[in-house]
Amino acid sequence: MTVNGATPLGATTPEEVAFAQEVRRGEPILEVRDLRKHFPLTRGVLFKKQVGAVKAVDGVSFDLMQGETLGIVGESGCGKSTLAKVLMNLEPASAGSVKYKGEEISRLSGSALKAVRRNIQMVFQDPYTSLNPRMTVGDIIGEPFEIHPEVAPKGDRRKAVQDLLDVVGLNPEYINRYPHQFSGGQRQRIGIARGLALKPEIIICDEPVSALDVSVQAQVINLLEQLQAEFELSYMFIAHDLSIVRHISDRVGVMYLGRMVEIGSDLEIYDHATHPYTQALLSAVPVPDPTARESRDRIVLVGDVPSPAKPPSGCRFRTRCWKAQEKCEREDPALTAREWLEGRARHDSACHFAAERENI
Amino acid sequence: MSTVADQTRPAREEPWTGPLLDVRNLHVEFRTRDGVVRAVNGVNYSVAAGETLAVLGESGSGKSVTAQAIMGILDMPPAAIPEGEILYRGRDMLKMSKEERRKIRGQKIAMIFQDALSSLNPVLPVGFQLGEMYRAHRGSNRKEAKAKAIELMDRVRIPAARERVGDYPHQFSGGMRQRIMIAMALALEPDLIIADEPTTALDVTVQAQVMDLLAELQAEYHMGLILITHDLGVVADVADKIAVMYAGRIVETAPVHDLYARPAHPYTRGLLDSIPRLDQKGQELYAIKGLPPNLLRIPPGCAFNPRCPRAQEICRHEVPPLAQVTEDDGTPVAGRGSACFFWKETLHDG
Repeated sequence: MTVNGATPLGATTPEEVAFAQEVRRGEPILEVRDLRKHFPLTRGVLFKKQVGAVKAVDGVSFDLMQGETLGIVGESGCGKSTLAKVLMNLEPASAGSVKYKGEEISRLSGSALKAVRRNIQMVFQDPYTSLNPRMTVGDIIGEPFEIHPEVAPKGDRRKAVQDLLDVVGLNPEYINRYPHQFSGGQRQRIGIARGLALKPEIIICDEPVSALDVSVQAQVINLLEQLQAEFELSYMFIAHDLSIVRHISDRVGVMYLGRMVEIGSDLEIYDHATHPYTQALLSAVPVPDPTARESRDRIVLVGDVPSPAKPPSGCRFRTRCWKAQEKCEREDPALTAREWLEGRARHDSACHFAAERENI
Repeated sequence: MSTVADQTRPAREEPWTGPLLDVRNLHVEFRTRDGVVRAVNGVNYSVAAGETLAVLGESGSGKSVTAQAIMGILDMPPAAIPEGEILYRGRDMLKMSKEERRKIRGQKIAMIFQDALSSLNPVLPVGFQLGEMYRAHRGSNRKEAKAKAIELMDRVRIPAARERVGDYPHQFSGGMRQRIMIAMALALEPDLIIADEPTTALDVTVQAQVMDLLAELQAEYHMGLILITHDLGVVADVADKIAVMYAGRIVETAPVHDLYARPAHPYTRGLLDSIPRLDQKGQELYAIKGLPPNLLRIPPGCAFNPRCPRAQEICRHEVPPLAQVTEDDGTPVAGRGSACFFWKETLHDG
């Protein structure tokens, strides 16, 4: 019924793992440039006028490579879920470009959009609300075939759905059951099966395990990794749990208040972070090791995230940053590798004073 | 401690040397249409002043229901407590009158809930809700209550307390709202605070602020703290001792360092092993197989046996008692217990 066990996925030694990761990386499959999503704030009932905008995503650029997992981390309100919705074209972008295999998709509509959507699918956070309680599992997983009949001809659909159930580790005989008959972890498997139905190339996972119990999270993470290897999927993995993101991601992007503040390989971000926000975020994560209690050197940030309707001038993090200077108020720092940094520290970071934390 | 009965009505703050709270063999069940749900099946734990006990468990393990039974905020029926004692300073709260219990609740034992937004009244200013503690329990007038509310908000470090005392809950951020909940719990200077997933709804950077504040205030007032959580990271950061719950039972108790270094129950071991580690990158994570049990149909024997890598025939028939964990030479390890027939073997794993 469930996929489990602790057998490694082919690669065992660290060298093999590194090699496998190197090979997997290929061409960019998704190129995102200066993407923006502003939600207008209006006043008045009869004569609506715009009084401002919530800048949920405000100029985000990155590439998603073929076969890689890009982790996106950040706190609530940083725009990571809005970013996912815009990439899925569930929300139209306000500005910027999204290219799928070189083709602009952010302003597509009609059949062209439909064709692209087949290749980009999503797995949602909450397996309790993202499945229609009045549809059977077979109908839920088979629904994508109604929209894209070319993937599975009518007669084959039942078989296709049963295959999908098998792939995600559920008993194919459950096809006529309803979502309430499943536990949270099993429901998330149903959500994943639905995401896989159209054989997409990209799956955007928005907090896929955060609603699950600790002992079940690992099962779902393992399933996602197995599926990636089997179907050569590219993942965008959005989560707030930094240790899970590190485990699954090849590269990691850190978001703050609608911007990408730092992006790099997992080692670059986790061991050589140069942006103060990333450093604070990493240091705030509770480590499941009581011996680290005294030795850890935690940066406790003051205050809360400012409102995305009125982001601070210049660097958005400056209101909470201990390094902030006058320059940070005037100039918006670009997301780029600073020339004074060396080795793994030299990766894209949006800070005027980017530097690694000194180890104590 | 032997003279508990004589001390039942101490004349004001008699020095009490035993544990502040002692839960003994507590059972809680819910009578539902589908049958009896046994949410808590014989829980024992105790907390002393100044001590932090973390109760660790997944959803449905009974950790919150135990806390609600201690606070006396379970709806009975459908809930019922067929067995057990909850001793506060040696006196069984389950045998007290409603009036007596009300005096303890809030004044002596206070609770902090997970979701501050739904725990606060949205149509009343936070200052009013904080002041209510003093008006209701101490008979303060409005002016005094407001002054006290400002003082409390200062104490939990809400900036510009004087200006914000009239603000409504929705005007505060999640972290600030949780501070207000902490302020409310502290208002009457309780001996014991029960915090049920106090930081689960918060972001990590804010979680760090709130946990630090809670630990600091606890040390300052020398309070007992019961921290209910599923987060192994938070537990490692603040707890003195830990009780791990599974299907309504405590399966392991241990001081914090022992639990992480050498777990004595396969469930605890499984939880610790399923945390992603650096050297496991690119490999499959360890996962406990199967699902947490349905409380309507708890498996016979050890409730963990269908998921346990160590399960033997005996585990399917007999419920393992919480056994004292000893060193190899037989000396008991203080505060360590494991409800596993094979705790010795588990201790030596890994």
